[in-house]
Amino acid sequence: MKILVPIKRVADPDNANKLKISSDAKVDTTGLEWKPNPFDEYAVETALRLTENGANTKARVGEVVVVMFGPKEAESTLRAALATGADRAIRIDANDADLDGDVVAQGLKAIVDKEKPDLVLLGKQTVDSDSNQVAQLVAEYLGWPQATFAATIRSEGDKALHVGREVDGGTLHLKVTLPAVVSVDLRIVAPKSVRSAHTAEGHAYPDGVRFAALMAIMAAKKKPLVEEKLSDLVPGATRKIEYTSFALPPARAAGIKVKSVQELVQKLKAEAKVL
Amino acid sequence: MPDYFEIARHFSTEERAVRDSVRAFCTARALPIIGDHFEAGTFPKELIPEIAALGILGANLNGYGCAGVSDIAYGLAMQELERADSALRSFASVQGSLVMYPIHAFGSEEQKKKFLPELANGKIIGCFGLTEPDFGSNPSGMRASAREDGDSYVLNGTKRWITNGNLANLAIIWAKIGGVEGEVRGFLVPTDSRGFEARRINKKLSLRASDTSELVLEDVRIPKSLVLPNVRGMKGPLACLTSARFGIAWGVIGAASACFDSALDYAKHRVQFGGKPIAAHQLVQAKFAEILTQITASQVMVLEASRLKREGLLRPQQVSMIKRHNARTALDTARTCRDILGGNGITLDYPVMRHMCNLETVSTYEGTHDIHTLVLGQDVTGIAAFG
Ligand SMILES: Cc1cc2nc3c(=O)[nH]c(=O)nc-3n(C[C@H](O)[C@H](O)[C@H](O)COP(=O)(O)OP(=O)(O)OC[C@H]3O[C@@H](n4cnc5c(N)ncnc54)[C@H](O)[C@@H]3O)c2cc1C
Repeated sequence: MKILVPIKRVADPDNANKLKISSDAKVDTTGLEWKPNPFDEYAVETALRLTENGANTKARVGEVVVVMFGPKEAESTLRAALATGADRAIRIDANDADLDGDVVAQGLKAIVDKEKPDLVLLGKQTVDSDSNQVAQLVAEYLGWPQATFAATIRSEGDKALHVGREVDGGTLHLKVTLPAVVSVDLRIVAPKSVRSAHTAEGHAYPDGVRFAALMAIMAAKKKPLVEEKLSDLVPGATRKIEYTSFALPPARAAGIKVKSVQELVQKLKAEAKVL
Repeated sequence: MPDYFEIARHFSTEERAVRDSVRAFCTARALPIIGDHFEAGTFPKELIPEIAALGILGANLNGYGCAGVSDIAYGLAMQELERADSALRSFASVQGSLVMYPIHAFGSEEQKKKFLPELANGKIIGCFGLTEPDFGSNPSGMRASAREDGDSYVLNGTKRWITNGNLANLAIIWAKIGGVEGEVRGFLVPTDSRGFEARRINKKLSLRASDTSELVLEDVRIPKSLVLPNVRGMKGPLACLTSARFGIAWGVIGAASACFDSALDYAKHRVQFGGKPIAAHQLVQAKFAEILTQITASQVMVLEASRLKREGLLRPQQVSMIKRHNARTALDTARTCRDILGGNGITLDYPVMRHMCNLETVSTYEGTHDIHTLVLGQDVTGIAAFG
């Protein structure tokens, strides 16, 4: 199976206090440390699990191609994905400020038309803008079936995927025929969440995403990484979403002390209206 | 921990990737269990296969199954291990710098092929026996002896404070051939040799999650093929120590950072006297200003030392300086942060006192603070003041 995994870098939440936002709602990213979007890391892990037999995590059955929209320095995020096992990478040269979910989805469609993967596997959303749009838009542009928020995936002979989606009150199971678009949720990296067509039943992975070995990090330097231009893929692309302002959540008001249980119950009824 | 002088700007893509990968590993696998191991006084053996699979062991060596990363990448890996616990970094330092490095630098081709790949993949665990009960800061006085007997050497002696001693399959024992005035050589001793015994040192209050042992060798016979052929005298063990101290100087920044982060977070949320967090008080801020400055100095020093090392210009005295400064900084930081956390600071619910206890050892081993003081004193005055 050939899988395309789009990944995005996001500002490291540990350094979020360095983020500066101007009065006209422009985000200044100078000096930020970047991290791969966690849901995208889960998507890479899922793609790796779908293209191996579980016992040997070094041999790929198929191909995993990672793709990113961003400036040159964002390539380190692609290299990190190559170090965990992806085969090759594509960077679509673009400024973060020129991108929104729709531009990315159109760009991905153009890449899919060239690369012809069996599956586009994405994180359900990025943790910076939380838009949760790209998987749905790209499925629409491609006219492919989609399954979002996957918590489990089982491959049926690399022809179809059985996807478990966590929904309120239970799990929804559906089968999508490939080619398809699937977005993943966090539980996809639990030990038994993903089973490829080649994995023995009952195989359990260590919990979470795999760690890049130091040798693999060195070897990733030599894996292919090609650059494309956004303007070639999507001529005249313009973003449809503009941010107009950012505001901090209101500061929490000070609490009050109650003297008795009766007073507490009374206030919960009359003021908080939760009883 | 702020990277106040933005030294990360000087790291390559691969160096950052190494840092991030080892940090992710430690966060996911080591941190959840390390406090319990510290309390129980056990080394987290269950982590060895993954540490080895990550390629951390002997990572800066080339060939023979080693990753061959840069000195900065190696240093960052040590930093991330020690952010979790000095016991993990000690394990890796011993294996990489004190066991694999001497085999790589001074071993025969046959020894390298036989041992290095299995030391890199964690199938063989090594330990380094230099210190003796009566010879710590002055190891050249050692009494351990090796007697030639046909095709073998027969070893006798006692080594003390040996990290990994009970885990090890292979011990590098430094011993003298030909009596007290004899020449020091390095011997690769399989720990299942007859006459070899490792005795665990218990009741430690520091590096509790590390295995520390006494090694007793009584007429241990090993073939001559197991002596390191290409080094003679104290040069051998001292070169190993220089290599390990470089990793320690990087490593302790991890422990200091973990303490800093824990204390800063605590100080911003702990409220005393009139609704203000303790971080709003000048005395507390002065503490942060001081440890921030010292940790930043440590970071800049290891970066510059790594650059010198890459060019082959790093001198042992410079390594003494960064080991001395950074270990002391980390220990002072841990003590200061322990104080900021008040009563909570003395528990294993926070990493601070665990690091503080560990760093007492790090300040002592690999040359005590004061021995490095004397190394630097000798370097600038030209007068040795050890004796
Ligand atoms: C947990 C742990 C793990 C260790 N692991 C290893 C290992 O794997 N392999 C190994 O070989 N060793 C190991 N060591 C030993 C370590 O390197 C020694 O403890 C260290 O070198 C100090 O020796 P000592 O303990 O005998 O102290 P001493 O040498 O007796 O020193 C005691 C004090 O006297 C001071 N002092 C000594 N000489 C002078 C002088 N000339 N002038 C001024 N002050 C002086 C010292 O600075 C120190 O403050 C380990 C130690 C510990 C605690």
